[in-house]
Amino acid sequence: MKRVPITVQRGGPDDPPRLETYQAPYLEGMSVLDALRWIRAEADPTLAFRYSCVNANACKECLLRVDGKTAYACTARLSETGVTVQPLANKTLIRDLVTDTVPPKEKLAAALRRS
Amino acid sequence: MSDDIARLETEVLVIGAGGAGMYAAIAAARNGARVLLLDKSLIGRGGATVMAQMTVAVALGEQEPDRWTDHLADTLAAGRGLCDEMLATLICRDGPARIRELADWNVGWTKEGNHLKQVTAPGHNVPRCVFVDFLNTGPAVTKTLRAQVARSDAITRISGLSATALVTRDGRVTGAVALDVEGGGPVTIAARAVVLATGGLTRLYRRNSASCNMGGDAFALALDAGAALVDMEFVQFFPIGHLAPRLVGMDPIMWDPFRYKLGGRLLNGNFEEFIDRYGGSDDGVYSAPRDLTAYAIVKEAEAGRASPNGGAYLSFEHVGEAALRDAFGPVIDRLAKNGIDLTQRPIEVAPIAHYHMGGIRVDETMQTGVAGLFAAGEAVGGASGANRLSGNAITEALVFGERAGRFAARSAKTTTNGYQDADAATAIADIHRLAESGGDSVAFGPLFAELQDLMWEKVGLLRNGDALRQALARIRAMRSEDLPRMRPGDKGGFALGVQEWFDLRAALISAEAIALCALARTESRGAHQREDKPETDPAQAHSQRLHLHDGALVAETIPIRVAAAA
Repeated sequence: MKRVPITVQRGGPDDPPRLETYQAPYLEGMSVLDALRWIRAEADPTLAFRYSCVNANACKECLLRVDGKTAYACTARLSETGVTVQPLANKTLIRDLVTDTVPPKEKLAAALRRS
Repeated sequence: MSDDIARLETEVLVIGAGGAGMYAAIAAARNGARVLLLDKSLIGRGGATVMAQMTVAVALGEQEPDRWTDHLADTLAAGRGLCDEMLATLICRDGPARIRELADWNVGWTKEGNHLKQVTAPGHNVPRCVFVDFLNTGPAVTKTLRAQVARSDAITRISGLSATALVTRDGRVTGAVALDVEGGGPVTIAARAVVLATGGLTRLYRRNSASCNMGGDAFALALDAGAALVDMEFVQFFPIGHLAPRLVGMDPIMWDPFRYKLGGRLLNGNFEEFIDRYGGSDDGVYSAPRDLTAYAIVKEAEAGRASPNGGAYLSFEHVGEAALRDAFGPVIDRLAKNGIDLTQRPIEVAPIAHYHMGGIRVDETMQTGVAGLFAAGEAVGGASGANRLSGNAITEALVFGERAGRFAARSAKTTTNGYQDADAATAIADIHRLAESGGDSVAFGPLFAELQDLMWEKVGLLRNGDALRQALARIRAMRSEDLPRMRPGDKGGFALGVQEWFDLRAALISAEAIALCALARTESRGAHQREDKPETDPAQAHSQRLHLHDGALVAETIPIRVAAAA
């Protein structure tokens, strides 16, 4: 099966960011999210990223950077030459591709202050 | 008990913030309760409602004269004799009030002249389904409910909190334990009443139209707390889920609205219409029921007449560019970006796991067998019997959500805070144990993929006794042997691996429930098709109720509930 290189920024807020490259199976028309889900399921179960609706672009949770540009991982098509995937630059990093995108009024800390 | 545990307290706790959960929160708040609304994903963005594209069935009589009793008759007919008539009555009778309330909240139901536009969906005797153009029903409904939730000072919202256990004392629910996914630690929630609204279980199947949150959480939580499930063998396979070419950014159910508006022709790999070979009729309009169409597509493929990717063709080539644009506007451009021109070639479709008819057994107030524990939306079992009527899912989410929230608020007022840490100790210890990695590791990914394949092949659209017995044995082994060995590999923030352990636990008990009930139902009916028992057996016009006894699932048959109880 044809493989495609996916380079992913890894690490938490206190780590120096490092890039790791995975060789994901390539299927024509696949999305960047397809590749990330393959990596977590089959290659590296520690890779962190957000998503919930998988393919519908309804939940809007998979926002990150693909080759430096802000994109939804579920709608960004993967090219045969591969991509570099990074977390959003303007949000606080939590780990790997996960940033602090929860609205302030929906945070646990806000609820704890309130109760 | 250590001090690193976050503690919350509320009157009504709503678990799951899709359409049903948000409506429950709104209803509980306006009935005087303080509410905590949580979701393992983002509030109002996960779940199934947001993914709904088009139809919401409701007897408004705007397009043509209609009566809710006619809607009920269609619902019962689709359910193949197994609908809980009390619950089906609630959906059809109270649906109009909920749809009007959403209109008052400016959801933007599509209009035609000065009335709401209603279209005919398969199984309905009149044009009955409202929608929001273009393919925007789910996003519009969830946005509207999110706005109403945000306006209420009585509702506290928390995203990224995954409920892992309910806490009970003396047969009454007293709260819940949840995983703070970002922080990785346990959170205890003292609550006087709890509403379960985490949806269905279609993620258990390899081909599914679900978000990754639809993994049977509510069923596992309810069983563990002592509540019963019903009709778990009935999983709806949507017949014409998108198959090929690969589409991104679109829900695989999208061809349903295309057929509502434009008909379309369903063809086998030889470009022949085939639904009439299985007792249905299509004639370029969309009238054959879901269970029959799904069955027909699979049987054509078995006979060697599949489309190239193993499904059927769906063709709109005869419709023409102007009609396509008129009906779907910007969606045609999104398809073009995916390289699809419907005027030039057909697309391929195949059945896909879409909805769960079974679920938690509730009474007319949406209360389960556990005092103070309510359920709403797809998590509730029985209303759709053996096959859900098109368009009833959102109506169900709204009607059951409002009702569960209202009665949960009343229940909360009649009781005091009964939560005690001792009752939550095991659930808290589970989270602490998983947060410390180690042991011989079984990875989540391959195991969950195996479960999805097993469910698809042996507990899916076409079943037989031998395959079901094999599946049941493997599921039980996964539950007793593999699950205890699974350890998250994650380190640092965002404890996805810990959540996955609970996801797998919920999925396995839900999978076992389906396989067990499917094996015991020795007939074919609606969405449950047994190749070794192809006939419908009038003697099996009953439901199966399940509960957990010393960790084992126990099934019993119960009669169909009649409408008088509503």
